[in-house]
Amino acid sequence: MTVGRLKLFVPLGAFVLLAGILYLGFSLRDPNLLPSALLDKPFPAFDLPLLGGGARITESALAGEVRLVNVWATWCPTCLAEHGMLKTIREREGLSIIGINYKDDSRDAQAWLGRHGDPYDFNVVDADGDLGVELGVYGAPETFLVDAEGVIRYKRVGDVNPRIWREELAPALAALGR
Amino acid sequence: MIVELGHFAAIAALVLALALGGVGFLSVRDAAWRSAVESLAMVQFAAVAAAFAVLVYAFLSNDFSVGYVARNSNTALPWHYRLSATWGGHEGSFLFSTLVMAGWTLAVSLAGRHLPQRLHGATLGTLGLLNFGFLLFLLSTSTPFARLVGGPPDGADLNPLLQDRGLLVHPPLLYIGYFGFAVPFAFAVAGLWSGRLDADWARRTRPWANAVWAFLTVGIALGSWWAYYELGWGGWWFWDPVENASFMPWLAGTALVHSLAVTDKRGAFKSWTVFLAIAAFSLSLLGVFIVRSGVITSVHAFASDPERGLFILWLLVLAIGGALTLYGLRAPAVRSRAEHRGLSREFMLLANNLFLVLALAVVLTGTLFPLAYEALSGGEKMSVGPPYFNKAFVPVALVLAVFLAAAPITRWKRTPLKLFRNAAVFGAAAFAIGVPLPLVLAGRLEIGAALAVALGLWITGVLAMDAYRRRGSMTRSYLGMVLAHFGFAVTVVGVGITSAFSQSLDARLAPGESVALGGVTYRFEELTREQGPNYTADVGRFVTDTGLVLRAEKRYYAASPEQAMTEAGIAPGFTRDLFVALGEPIGDGSWGVRINDKPLVRWIWLGAFLMAFGGLLAITDRRYRRVRRPAAEQAAPKPGAPLAQPQASS
Repeated sequence: MTVGRLKLFVPLGAFVLLAGILYLGFSLRDPNLLPSALLDKPFPAFDLPLLGGGARITESALAGEVRLVNVWATWCPTCLAEHGMLKTIREREGLSIIGINYKDDSRDAQAWLGRHGDPYDFNVVDADGDLGVELGVYGAPETFLVDAEGVIRYKRVGDVNPRIWREELAPALAALGR
Repeated sequence: MIVELGHFAAIAALVLALALGGVGFLSVRDAAWRSAVESLAMVQFAAVAAAFAVLVYAFLSNDFSVGYVARNSNTALPWHYRLSATWGGHEGSFLFSTLVMAGWTLAVSLAGRHLPQRLHGATLGTLGLLNFGFLLFLLSTSTPFARLVGGPPDGADLNPLLQDRGLLVHPPLLYIGYFGFAVPFAFAVAGLWSGRLDADWARRTRPWANAVWAFLTVGIALGSWWAYYELGWGGWWFWDPVENASFMPWLAGTALVHSLAVTDKRGAFKSWTVFLAIAAFSLSLLGVFIVRSGVITSVHAFASDPERGLFILWLLVLAIGGALTLYGLRAPAVRSRAEHRGLSREFMLLANNLFLVLALAVVLTGTLFPLAYEALSGGEKMSVGPPYFNKAFVPVALVLAVFLAAAPITRWKRTPLKLFRNAAVFGAAAFAIGVPLPLVLAGRLEIGAALAVALGLWITGVLAMDAYRRRGSMTRSYLGMVLAHFGFAVTVVGVGITSAFSQSLDARLAPGESVALGGVTYRFEELTREQGPNYTADVGRFVTDTGLVLRAEKRYYAASPEQAMTEAGIAPGFTRDLFVALGEPIGDGSWGVRINDKPLVRWIWLGAFLMAFGGLLAITDRRYRRVRRPAAEQAAPKPGAPLAQPQASS
């Protein structure tokens, strides 16, 4: 075989590589489960500004109560879609929800909350996505259930909807005795 | 009973598709099978169409004993949404995609009567096998015909996001383009199979590639438009994985349409053209995997099922892997022979391809990187957002626009220097006018907008000059090129201006109060509650001091109370859109209101429609209708004539 002919197999080689990655990505992926690396581990350390001004917040602010930590952004249409459900959870269940405003413009984010309502106790600003990387955030929205000791107990990739609440979040909360 | 008939029709289609695959390749060597191939293409399409018609009927007649209908429809849903609900979920939309595939197969069979035998058989054979793969996937993992015992009497409901007129046209057109790339793919496989990849092959493939590309262009533009008004906050492109899934085949298809021109006119770039034809459809299949396997979450994602993902992966490996193996074995090895010099048209088209593929690489990387990272790191996750795409994609697109501006004046083999001087003069003039223009009109210098306007003017100026020079001798394919390139310029200007000069304001307004933005005052007249067929809505009436009335709604669907839908009030305009969206009630009767002023946003879609129209216009050129049959094929039976001559009875 000539070199010219061998070159024509380059696309096939690249495709085989791609197919391998797709297979790995696919077989490893269980979208509703946290990678074992983070499940039942403390929430990663962070030190980020509060949305809307001044103070800095660290992971210690999460302790003391069972909470949802919700990663969201104004550029994320799914976040808007789940927003109503978060508000329902806040109002009906009284569950504390902390927001991580992810790779976003803070002014847009505040305006967005003003417009769509604000179910969050407070929001931290993760403008560069550093905390997102620590958390293994794949895309917004993602929601974590963190217990009173600040340990991650459950993770949801994608929107929190009534079905997820009924079938996954509520049982996970019940398991924490809440 | 009728639903079972639909299911049966789909099974029949599966068998017919496999037969088409077999008989198609058989007919490559034995022309006697040709009429059988044509009949099979027709009957297979009829079977899929019957299956689809049954599902449409089940929706229109509210047959909630069918699980898919019960999950995606509701008795209160207006009939046209029950029609579009047919393709509103995974199973039905996949059935629709098999209909699209069968439709293209039939189209090739009907319009391809003049194809040389080898190309005819292998092309339709390949399409038959692809149809078979799609139908097998449908029937084994995603049948929409499954019955439901004890279904809900009124049905669940269609996702409120999808209850929109745009969904009547956006998915069908998108699918027609998206899966239509199966046709150039099949031509590529057939060309490789028969060892005949020449200018004639390219000329026969070109109209198909153009048509498919035009449909996809319109489909993507409609999707962007839908996102703009239905997601309720004025964005028109989100770099969502599913948007990328349709954008990547479009980029590859755009490169293909241009590369085919070189192969057709100059007999060059053969292997590259064939590769692009395979790549475009491969990217379509990759998109199917991304959207339907659940590997990536997105607004568009369908309910995922591991079995489906694995099946599509197999389909991917067999179709793409097979085609690329054939490519490695049979594509003409590249010999570097300088047939053109300097800045010839060949060179410009090569540059076009280079930058389109670079843009494609940017999008592909951003879309797959999170997945690859996760796979390679053993489960660690990583995310890529719009900031990456905007930073990496825009510069490539701008360089592409520069080449596009100069391209029309170039000539095959070599371009006289004089022509470049003219293009350069136009360029200088375009920048002299274009850069300050947005500054003067908007009072603010925005580098992106200035570049976009200058490039748009340059492209238009050079096109106008070249068209003027050729007046009297314009072919339709030339006119098509001019229109499509002009459309690109319109889109570029629209994107540049909208991105730089859109203004938005979030205000807290009670009925009777006013707010001003961009020189327009918006008065919140009144808020009323209205009853829709399957929802209730808060309707805000806004009146501007320029006399426009905007009606912004917040809808609450009975079937999904947590999800309030924003229906923005939009006053569309050629130069700008005024856009009002209702947020949330804040109490004391006032509401969060977002107001958007979006200059030239419509140009983005207008340009896309011009591009698509140009692509379609080019197909009607006489040169594609002139049947040139190679000498070797002359012995083959005349198209349309009976293959086996009946015994003369007279």
